[in-house]
Amino acid sequence: MAFDIILVVLLLGVAMWTVAAPDTFTAVVGFVVFGLLLALAWMRLAAPDVALTESALGSGLTGGLLLGASTLLARSAAPAPSEEPGSSLRLAAAALCALVSAGLAALVLLLPEPAPTLAPQAMANIAATGLGNPVTAVLMAFRAIDTLLEVVVLLLALVGIWSLAPDRLWGGLPGRRRRADPNGLLTFIAQILVPVGILVGIYIFWIGSVAPGGEFQGATILAAMWVLAAMAGLVDAPPVSGRRLRLMLAAGPAVFFTIGLAGFATAGAFLAYPEPHAKLLILTIEVPLTLSIAATLALLVAGPPERASER
Amino acid sequence: MTEVAIYGLCAAGLVGLGLFGLIVQPHPLRKVLAFNLVGSGVFLLFGVVARRGTAAGFGGDPVPQALIITGLVVAFAATALAVALLLRLFQETGRATLRSDG
Repeated sequence: MAFDIILVVLLLGVAMWTVAAPDTFTAVVGFVVFGLLLALAWMRLAAPDVALTESALGSGLTGGLLLGASTLLARSAAPAPSEEPGSSLRLAAAALCALVSAGLAALVLLLPEPAPTLAPQAMANIAATGLGNPVTAVLMAFRAIDTLLEVVVLLLALVGIWSLAPDRLWGGLPGRRRRADPNGLLTFIAQILVPVGILVGIYIFWIGSVAPGGEFQGATILAAMWVLAAMAGLVDAPPVSGRRLRLMLAAGPAVFFTIGLAGFATAGAFLAYPEPHAKLLILTIEVPLTLSIAATLALLVAGPPERASER
Repeated sequence: MTEVAIYGLCAAGLVGLGLFGLIVQPHPLRKVLAFNLVGSGVFLLFGVVARRGTAAGFGGDPVPQALIITGLVVAFAATALAVALLLRLFQETGRATLRSDG
């Protein structure tokens, strides 16, 4: 109980810092710390799968993306004083937000008893999927349509980012080229950490069928390893028009959709799996899906093409 | 009050704080940060609902937990798109502001 209270006070304190910090860079640092603390809160709420996603994606990749953006934007002028809201607007906003918070807090305290839950149904049907982790079973079987649409959303976001490139750079290479410094600390860290990280990412993906973990957590770690290697200049992004890259991005959703359609013939519904082969089919989807998600996440961080393709 | 309710109150506070930042911070990147705080608050609220649904030997209701994971990934994609739009705006105009009279 005392631990929870301290954690909640810390979370709210760091969130306040993120909102009120004097400059953008410190605010982003606050946000990364906030994400890590929130991962602890997920552990306290018995959601280890969410904790893994939060620390890798919510704090890690998002933090890296925002730190990069705040460094690039550091050269931009601070907002003009006329853009700063006046004290009356601040007061009105504070009152409105306090009202929203109070309403939500009242809702939390008035939640119905006993709480509605789908856990018994999930546990009763999990044997049919051949999986041991109910969260993965929900993601890949019971609510597979959400996951399918989600990976499509990821691809749409990537298309959105690519289309921000100027015409002459369309199909070029994302980000700036970084030269590896053979004696640099970042190169050293990348050389040590990336192989281990790739192993951890694959393990987290593989173990997800029976224990906390899964394709999103594993894919995020794989994407982060690529971003680290790219930051150190050890690898360079491929041109976004490359056929192999496009194939890698589309393979996961395509396999998912194909097996989903086959469900009509084999099990009588879209995204249904015939029972004896459920686990095999889920793994057949998950392997290309993890690669596709990892590539999409890494390219979302890399940003729109900024260099013309050398061909 | 239970441990779970404490996190519920924390979530309510986070939504309010994020909303405040979204309104009063003029810098677009700060608005993206604040919006992510609102999102974290909503996810935490959902996590509290999941934790209350503990049954059948599992620590929480796995359905909301899986939806939170989906939500986190979509939130990341939206953040990446917002950041890319902002950087492009900065490239084009040399300024990072949402004011239209620029």
